[in-house]
Parts: sequence; C-alpha cells; structure tokens
Amino acid sequence: MTGRYLLRRLLAAVGVLWAAFTVSFVVLYLLPGDPVATMASGGLDGEPLPPEQLDALRARYGLDQPVVVQYGHRLVAALTGDFGTSIQNGQDVRSAIIEALPPTLQISAAGLLVAVVFGGTTALVATYTRAPWLRQLLMALPSLAVSLPVFWVGLVLVQVFAFGFHLLPSVGANGAAALVLPAVTLGLPTGALVAQVLAKSLAQALGEPYVTTARAKGVGRAGIHLRHALRNAALPALTVLGYIVGNLIAGSVVVETVFTRPGLGRLTVAAVGVQDIPVVQGVVVFAAAVFVLVNLAVDLIYPLLDPRIGAAS
Amino acid sequence: MPRSLAPWLGVAAVLLSACGATPAASTADPGVPQPGGTLRFAVSSDQGCVDPQQVGSNDTIYSLRQVVDSLTDQDPATGELRPWLATSWEGNADASAYTFTLREGVTFSDGSPLDAAAVKANFDAVQDLGPRGTLPKGYLAGYTGTTVEGPTRFTVAFDRPNVQFLQGTSTHSLGILSPATVAKSDDDRCAAVVGSGPFVIESYTRDEAIVLAKRAGYAWGSSLWRSPGEAQLDRVEFRIVPESGVRVGSLQSGEVDAIGNLAQQDEAPLTAAGAQLVGRPNPGIPFGISFNQATPLGGDAAVREALSLAIDRAEVVATVYNSQTKPATSALASTTPGYADQSTLLAFDPAKAGAVLDAAGWLPGADGIRARNGTPLTVELTWFSNSPANRAAVELIQQQVRKVGIDLQLREKPISENTPTLQSGQFVATWGNTTRADPDILRSTYSTAGNNYYRLSPGPLDALLAQQAAEPDQAARAAVVAQAQQLLVQEYDAIPVVELTTVLGVAADVHGIAFDAGSRIQLHDAWKVQP
Repeated sequence: MTGRYLLRRLLAAVGVLWAAFTVSFVVLYLLPGDPVATMASGGLDGEPLPPEQLDALRARYGLDQPVVVQYGHRLVAALTGDFGTSIQNGQDVRSAIIEALPPTLQISAAGLLVAVVFGGTTALVATYTRAPWLRQLLMALPSLAVSLPVFWVGLVLVQVFAFGFHLLPSVGANGAAALVLPAVTLGLPTGALVAQVLAKSLAQALGEPYVTTARAKGVGRAGIHLRHALRNAALPALTVLGYIVGNLIAGSVVVETVFTRPGLGRLTVAAVGVQDIPVVQGVVVFAAAVFVLVNLAVDLIYPLLDPRIGAAS
Repeated sequence: MPRSLAPWLGVAAVLLSACGATPAASTADPGVPQPGGTLRFAVSSDQGCVDPQQVGSNDTIYSLRQVVDSLTDQDPATGELRPWLATSWEGNADASAYTFTLREGVTFSDGSPLDAAAVKANFDAVQDLGPRGTLPKGYLAGYTGTTVEGPTRFTVAFDRPNVQFLQGTSTHSLGILSPATVAKSDDDRCAAVVGSGPFVIESYTRDEAIVLAKRAGYAWGSSLWRSPGEAQLDRVEFRIVPESGVRVGSLQSGEVDAIGNLAQQDEAPLTAAGAQLVGRPNPGIPFGISFNQATPLGGDAAVREALSLAIDRAEVVATVYNSQTKPATSALASTTPGYADQSTLLAFDPAKAGAVLDAAGWLPGADGIRARNGTPLTVELTWFSNSPANRAAVELIQQQVRKVGIDLQLREKPISENTPTLQSGQFVATWGNTTRADPDILRSTYSTAGNNYYRLSPGPLDALLAQQAAEPDQAARAAVVAQAQQLLVQEYDAIPVVELTTVLGVAADVHGIAFDAGSRIQLHDAWKVQP
C-alpha cells in the first residue's frame, strides 16, 4: 500500500464530510418554515407569540444573522465537534447523538446478524443445490424481501407475534426479546441485498480456473463451495458494506418508529418534524462520517486482501 | 408516515383478526375505587422536555399535569374557578391585581415548603423563561411583580387589567415548581423538575417513557377531586408510541390501559375489543375558516356569508371526525366558559348562499363556478398538516361549496409555517383552531389592537373584546363575550365548522380518568380494577 493511495483516500473522506455539512446546511436553510415560530407556537394549539419576541428568540439561536455568517460559525464549531444545542429542548446536539447511538448500534448489529445469516444461507444453498426448483425459489426470495415495505413487515410482525400470540414485546428496548422483531424487520431487506450480491459472486467464483484445479485435486463439492469459492466471493460482498450500513441506518428510522425504540432514527424523525436544524444537521454529518469511515476502512483493507489494487493506483 | 401506514394496518388487522384480543366485558357500574396498580398510557410523541411551564403538546401535558399543582382549578362543567393550592382569592376593582391565600402545610416533593415566596419565585422566573415558556408568559401579560404579605398570602400585580390571568392559574402552564427547580436554566428544567403534585417523576427516558410514582403523604388536592388525599394509582407509565396502529394494537391486546390520539377508523376495532371511548370537546376556538380581510375576497362579506351557508357541518363531522365530535355552533367551542350558542346563524342553506352571491353580483358561469366582472370566485384556503383529519375535512368542504359555485383552492403547508403565514398576510383564508379554556382567546385572535393576523378593520368588536378582558364579574363578562361571539358570527369574521374533540381509548377495567377544563387529563382519581 502506497502513501499516496492512503492520502488520496483520506482527502476524499474529508471532502465528503465537508460536502455533507454544506449540503445539509443549504437544504435546511432553504426549507420553508421557521423553526423558532414552530417552537414558540406551543405545540399544536398554543397561542402564537408576538413578532418582537420571536425576533429575540432568533437572536438567541443566531438565526437573525446573514446565512453566510451562520454557515461560517457553524462550520468552525463543527470542526471541533460542536453542533450547537437543540432548538426544541436545549440539549447539546453532540450528547443527544451520543445518547441515541447505543440503541441504534444494538439494533443495527442485530439486524446485520439477521442479514448475514439469512442472506448468506440463502446464497449458499441456492448456489449449492442441484434442484432447479429450490434454486429458483431461493433466488426469488431476495427480490421479494427487497420489495416489501419495511414498515409493513414491522407492523405484520407486531400484529402476529406481539398482539396475536403474545410471544414477544411490541415496543420498547428492554432485553433481548424486544430485539427480535425489530432485528428481523431490519435484517430482511438487508439480508436480501447480501444474498443477491453473494449468490452472484459465488456463481462467478465457481466458474474460475482455481475451482477446476481444486476439483481435479479431489476436493469435495462442499469443500470447494465453502473453503475456496466463498472466500473469494466474500470480497465483492465487502464492497457493498457501505451500502449495507446505509440500509441499516435508513431502516432504523422506520424500525425505531414502529417498535418505539430510542435511537438515531427517532431523534431524526422528531427533529425533522419541528425543524430542529442543529439536531438534523448533526445527525446528517454523523451519518456521513459513518459512511466515510466504513468506506475508508474497506478501501484500506482491500489492498491487503488483493495487493494488485494498492500497487495499480 | 402514519397516514401512509393506516391502509396497510387495515389490511393487517383484517388478515389477523382471527388472532386478535378477546373482548373484555364492560362494567356499567365501576364500583368502589381500588387503590394500587400501574396505569400504562400510550401517547404519540415526546416534546423532549419535562417542565410543565415550557411544554405545549398535549401528549406531554398529560403526564406533567400530574406532577404540579395549580393555585386554582377550573370546573370543566361550569368554567368556574375553584380552590386548589389557593383557598381564596380576590381581585381589585379594575382586575389589575389579585390577592391569594394559600393552603398551609403544602410541600414540594424535595421537602421544601410551598409558600408565598415559592409562588413569587415561579411567577418572577416566568419572565426570564426562555423560548419555550410562551404559554405562561401569555397568562402573565403585563406582570409587574408579586408582593409577599405573609407565608400564605401574596398579591400578583399587572400594569393593566388582566382577567384571563385567573384562568391561567388553573393551567399546567402556571403549575407551581419548587424554588430549586425554578432557579435552574430553562434548558436544565427540561431534564428534571420538582413539583408538589399527587405524582412525582420517577424516570424520564427521552422518546421512550415518562414514569410517574405516587407521592406519599399528598393531602392538598383540588376541591374538584373525589378526595384531597393520595392518588389511587401507585404508578403511571406514559409510553411514547408514535405509530397509531401499534397504539391501537397495544390497547386491544392489553399491553397498555389507555391511548391518546384516536382516529375515526380506530374506534370500531377498539369498541369491539371492549374498550371505552372517552371524549371531550376542546375549549377555545373551534376548527373553522378565518379570512385575511385585507384581500378582495376575504374582505367581501357576501363571499364569507355564502361560504358559511354552503358548508354542511353535520356531514363534515359525520364523515371525518370521531363519533363524539359535534359541529361548531359559535366562534367559541361549547366547552369554553362564556360560550353562547349562535347556531341559528350557522345553518346549512345552499339556496340562500346562492341568493347572497346572486345579489352581490357573483353569477354562475358555464363551468358552474361563479364570476363577477370576469373574475372567478376562486378562494384559496391555506391549511396545515398538523392533524390527520384536516385534509379530509377541507377536501369535503371543497366539494360542498363547489355546489353553490365557489371554487375553493386548497393549499397545504407544514404547521411550522402557521405563524409566518399569518404574520406575512400571504393568505386569503386559513383553516385552524386554538385550544384555550378562557374566552379571552377571542381578544388575542380577533382584536385589531393585537397581532390582528386576519387584518380586521377596527370596529365595535374591539370595544367588546377589551371590555371582557377587564370585567371581573363573571356574569357581566359572559354577557359581553356573548355579544362578541354574535358579532363575529354575524359578520362572518369567523366561520366555525367543527369542535375539535379529544378522544381517548381506555380499557374496560380503568375508571376515573377525568378531563380538566382544557380537555387535558387529571389522573388523581383514576383507578384500575385490581386482579
């Protein structure tokens, strides 16, 4: 791995983060509506506040300054990790995100586990089986799972397993049992993605010359499948890791709402609803940072697995 | 998102009705209250703040109302103010100062005494309360200070007559917090507060739950309650469940005991499962249409009158709203003190609507839309997507008024644009409401001396609205308020359509959940049949 390769990847990562900050800033400030007026209207049915008091509030949050000045202030603060305080409840944005992170990590990890088990098994069995009907059935599953709306899956699971059979809790984040339904809901579409990518590269790997060589050496079918093909097919699956992480984060918005779990998704939905600009921006930049880090890690691991990549660039 | 989930949930509910909850028997006579137990109440949102003086969302008020006591309580049946923390009070001649006598021996849950100094600290701090303290600030408009005359006696003074302050003392917004809480910053108060109420906050997990525990030794309840002593329930868990389908399912399956924010389509499955539906119309300004009278169409009295005559309120209510909802019959909702029935002026009469428009020169065109001097009778109605019923209601009204030749164009905006829209005057007509259990809401909404968002011209209404704000005699005030309502409806300054009604779904074995005068809940007397 060369130093230039590393430097280029790092610069690209910083560029993506800056772009995420700037785009979110521009979009949030182009949104119609006035966060201060929303907050001051006292919920849905309070009396509106007189204009002069609204102006005082805008001054408190720096919203009365020219947009360019606000951008500069926020960018400088963001460099130190300071995204300001929530307009709705005064909480420090950084601590709000840190507080919301563990439950989302928990649900994402559980969802990823479901995704790998479901996707991996489907892909392995589909490429291993000699029965065409089973292969076709298994290969149809991912397309079906991808097309099912996540919230629908969640609601059906709640209705059946929580309200119908009282097997699992419907809401909350207490204990492993409460993790099952959300993890399945989140893991199905992500697992479908894993299955599609893995099945395709497994099929490809099985056609490679080294498989023929291995077969000639007398390695059994299962051995070829698991030891040789899977190892090589796992590499393309690793490439879509960033996409998978994105899927999990986006899915957490729906899953946390349906299953009433705390986390980044709920934080985001609530903040968007009341135009809590600092919180929304903090979450956007945080999510971008996660993507960047995951992709950076993939980029850095790749040359280790396949030396041609680092040398060629 | 809830809107788009509803149809799916309907499908799911039908598919899965076979494994639904078994209906529980509803008892007609609840019998003697049984103390103890935990009430689990699912609400849809969390405002992210547990300071009753700062919150405005009903979902959060439901829990925080139980944590603070107020100086007075308002009888939901009569609108009268009754003793709570204050045993008596009197105002001066021009309603600009009020002297209260407090009950003795009241303490906050941190042990500090609730005395005149504590009340003064609360009212003084409201002035410095940050952006979220708009409700209490409104009640204390013109506040000049509180004079402590003794441990249990104090006077609150204003620089102008302020009759609505007294009703304000009955609300959660002016609920009394411990001096230690009051001394904290508004942001810190959002995380934890200490009150003197029948329940204390046991834990608060943002976006998940607010858990209340009974305050042992509580003995200073409102005179409107069954007893002044401790609450019946040991604990109350307010769970935040944003998805309406999950809320309804939770109640049906017995995972929770009560839920808020019920839609019309939720009613049948809940009653089928044996749940009770308890509702009360919200006081204040009912849902209806108000005009920007500085615009040509909004300023045209014939257009306003015809629009009012063309709306079939009964059909709107039956088609869109909960079964307990009623058509609006005045500029104030029927549960507002001082409400006066104006229903004769609010009849559905499409023939008369046509005649009014004919007389004003608005004549039917080829496409059925009326026009005058080549200008079509197209009225733009701005509405806000804060309540799921709003879209269905305005779309039905659009169809109704089309029949008399009025082309109502609907313009949807997010609720965050409500105040900016009204301020800027960039609207012809708006659809909205305001909850408030005092008729002074008419003054803040329609007086030309205030914000005057509807650009009314100064007139006799202003004098009436100012007069009621300074009239300490309740009967005399009601008479003035009645005149103001008649004038508003007669001039079609407001076209009231439907009374927003709060409806809760409550399990059959839960009793005694009471609505206060603002249609928020009071849980001191609530109890649950113990197994």
